[in-house]
Amino acid sequence: MRNITKTFGTITANKNVDLDIYRGEILSLLGENGSGKTTLMNMLSGIYFPDEGEIYIDGEPVVISSPKVASDLGIGMIHQHFKLVNVFTAAQNIILGIDQDSEDGKKIKGFSKLDVEKASKKIREICDLYGFDVDPDQKVYDMSVSQKQTVEIVKVLYKGADILILDEPTAVLTPQETEKLFAVLRNMREDGKTVVIITHKLHEVEAISDKVAILRKGEYIGTLITKETNAQEMTNMMVGREVKLNIDRPEPHDVKPRIKVKGLTVRSEDGLLKLDDVSFTANTGEVLGIAGISGCGQKELLEAIAGLQPIEKGEILYVEDDGTETNLAELSDLEIDAKGVSLAFVPEDRLGMGLVASMDLVDNMMLRSFRRKGKIVGFTDRKTPRDLAEKVVEELEVVTPSLETPVRRLSGGNVQKVLVGREIAMNPTVLMSAYAVRGLDINASYIIYDLVNQQKERGVAVIFVGEDLDVLLELSDRILVLCGGKVSGIVDGRTADKNGVGLLMTKLGGEANG
Amino acid sequence: MDKKTKEPLIHITKRKMIPKKQEWAIRLGGILAALIFCAIITTITTHLNPLAVYAKMFEGSFGSPRKLWALLKELASLLLIAVALAPAFKMKFWNLGGGGQVMAGVLATTAVMITMTGKLPSVAIMLLSCVAALAAGALWAFIPAFCRAKWNTNETLFTLMMNYVATQIVAYFIIIWENPKGAGKIGVINQTTRIGWLPTIANNPYMLIVIVSVIVTIFMYIYLKYTKHGYELSVVGESENTARYVGINVSKVIIRTLVLCGLICGLTGWLLVAGTDHTMTTTIEGGKGFLGVMVAWLAHFNPIGMILSGLLMVFMAKGGSEISMAFGLNRSYGDILTGIILFFVIGSEFFINYQIHFRKSHRKEAADV
Repeated sequence: MRNITKTFGTITANKNVDLDIYRGEILSLLGENGSGKTTLMNMLSGIYFPDEGEIYIDGEPVVISSPKVASDLGIGMIHQHFKLVNVFTAAQNIILGIDQDSEDGKKIKGFSKLDVEKASKKIREICDLYGFDVDPDQKVYDMSVSQKQTVEIVKVLYKGADILILDEPTAVLTPQETEKLFAVLRNMREDGKTVVIITHKLHEVEAISDKVAILRKGEYIGTLITKETNAQEMTNMMVGREVKLNIDRPEPHDVKPRIKVKGLTVRSEDGLLKLDDVSFTANTGEVLGIAGISGCGQKELLEAIAGLQPIEKGEILYVEDDGTETNLAELSDLEIDAKGVSLAFVPEDRLGMGLVASMDLVDNMMLRSFRRKGKIVGFTDRKTPRDLAEKVVEELEVVTPSLETPVRRLSGGNVQKVLVGREIAMNPTVLMSAYAVRGLDINASYIIYDLVNQQKERGVAVIFVGEDLDVLLELSDRILVLCGGKVSGIVDGRTADKNGVGLLMTKLGGEANG
Repeated sequence: MDKKTKEPLIHITKRKMIPKKQEWAIRLGGILAALIFCAIITTITTHLNPLAVYAKMFEGSFGSPRKLWALLKELASLLLIAVALAPAFKMKFWNLGGGGQVMAGVLATTAVMITMTGKLPSVAIMLLSCVAALAAGALWAFIPAFCRAKWNTNETLFTLMMNYVATQIVAYFIIIWENPKGAGKIGVINQTTRIGWLPTIANNPYMLIVIVSVIVTIFMYIYLKYTKHGYELSVVGESENTARYVGINVSKVIIRTLVLCGLICGLTGWLLVAGTDHTMTTTIEGGKGFLGVMVAWLAHFNPIGMILSGLLMVFMAKGGSEISMAFGLNRSYGDILTGIILFFVIGSEFFINYQIHFRKSHRKEAADV
């Protein structure tokens, strides 16, 4: 790729990027969020069209005007969000949108019969070759996230791709599943395929890739041989200055129980058991990390405590400073608030739940405060939230054109700063956050870790649901591991090791080693 | 070079925010383009001078005080319905039942005027019919809102069907109350005694509805922009999850907003029967429940903007029928012109949100080399 430039409105996503990708190698494309990794690869796979620049494949200039053209050129991309039809089987999904060649080489189109059997056979061949584990007849809705991803990869291979692009493939996987994926990718490399993996996780770069290309703010910085570099060097190139990679973990002080959860059981609306007899204590001045494969009840746990989720049975006891206990179970969030209990909650879905995407910063600040009495009954007070918005923008260095900008126009990190800033402004005694750093770049992540630690120092009980085990192990004082809605272990964050926690995530009743 | 030809000729990108002025310039440009396009069509198909046609349209709408007041009355009732729909739409509750809610008000008003005449004094009838109309309109909106809040039914279909139910009930009562017997319609109610008729202001029968529509429009503007209710309903509209998260009772807000919507529609029905028409027909609402949807959308749910978009609609309707008569054209001709103009107006929204890049820049580059 030569001299690639792509702009969106006034934002330049890629600027004069030159990138060489060689046959039979695994290349990591490393960069912070918004550095243009995905945009660059989208241009290679025909989703976007570059404003300037040329793309050459095997020395030939090519014009990739659509995903179809890319696919004909042997380029396939596996996106972060899967694009599968839930009610179809794996095989049906894989052949979707492909003109099947019939025996005599003629294209079969329109109303001709689809030969799913033949496709299934070919799918099995591909699976055997690279070591995939896919049942072509399994329906997608029955699959785990990692199986769905496998289907996406097979789909691309089925179309005959030689260049595979994977956009943050490990974000949704457990450590064990990641290992399995990497093994498959290595098999593909042996077969002469080219693999590009987009990522911002350094240890993955080190684990899988031959080379690493680094982008920063849309510009190409350089390519390194993975073996010859180290995490610190890559980070510096990625961020553009020295960064320290350690997450602080101040010693907890003045530890007292704040929230005691006893035998909490929650069912979803369809009657599925989401939390099964969960018991734990969250202490003041302590970060309680919550680990688990996504969808193991983390969301329900936080929402149950916040009063947003009906509870089947169990108790959630809030312990005041003087030791009195209040049961929050079955109280709504407004009732909890009315009792003077200040729970801050940073939900997983920032724009869909924590904030209103199309509203500006001021109106979003108002979400928590608009009920307070204003000057005129029934009318909203915009002055206080405006002051708060100004304060948050200043103190957390939120990058925004103005306070009147809809929050959906901000970058992920800034959105999260707005949300966390508002929640912390409530002066909470409990801070719950779900995937607080998902999709955030290194800088923004560290700001969030710092904020979490500040709250911890203030004596707030922090419950931190995370997906990156490395981060959880560095940040948390204790880690509670959820597996299928049950607590499979509570370990000490200082002594636990990653493999142990990983095993707890996948199997119940594992030996807690802390 | 021949490879270049494979590049897409145009590509479309989403615009960043553009200044309000530029937005309006694009909209105005859209209307101008529409007028020019209509002129060309007119010349080709009818061989008439397009300027004369436009002049006639203008005359048909604003030509005389009588025509102007007829236009204002239409605008007022359309505006009332559009304004009533605005909070529901802002809440992303697709209320297509504005017409039915007006009909409910119409029916209630007529019922009170016909059954209570002679039993109550005129003023009491006026007040009673007002209360009845408001209640009926609110009920007609409450039913779909309640079902949506309780069982998550589809409000679009529900409100749409409620229109037909209301119209059929009205048709039934027209036969019950027909006057004179056998006419198949209700004549002017209390024509001589004028019992239950709303007083005219400044001797103008349309003044009242115009004033009420202005007041309601301003009220709605403030309600949506500055009150807690207005804030709550826009949060619900943007994301029910967020609303739930901050403790807004989503069901309550949905029902409350729709009842408000129904109240204004019921009020409109009351004004139409007791204020201007003094009779009940199945077509008294005249499709304004749907037209109001368009008026509200075009104004982006801003009640003040609806005055303009409503005026455009009424102008096109009045002007269209005027030119059909004046030039002996088919009645649909006005509709065709209205369609073209709407197409351009809605099309200009596309150009506000998106930008089109032509391949031109590449050619220029190649030429430079």
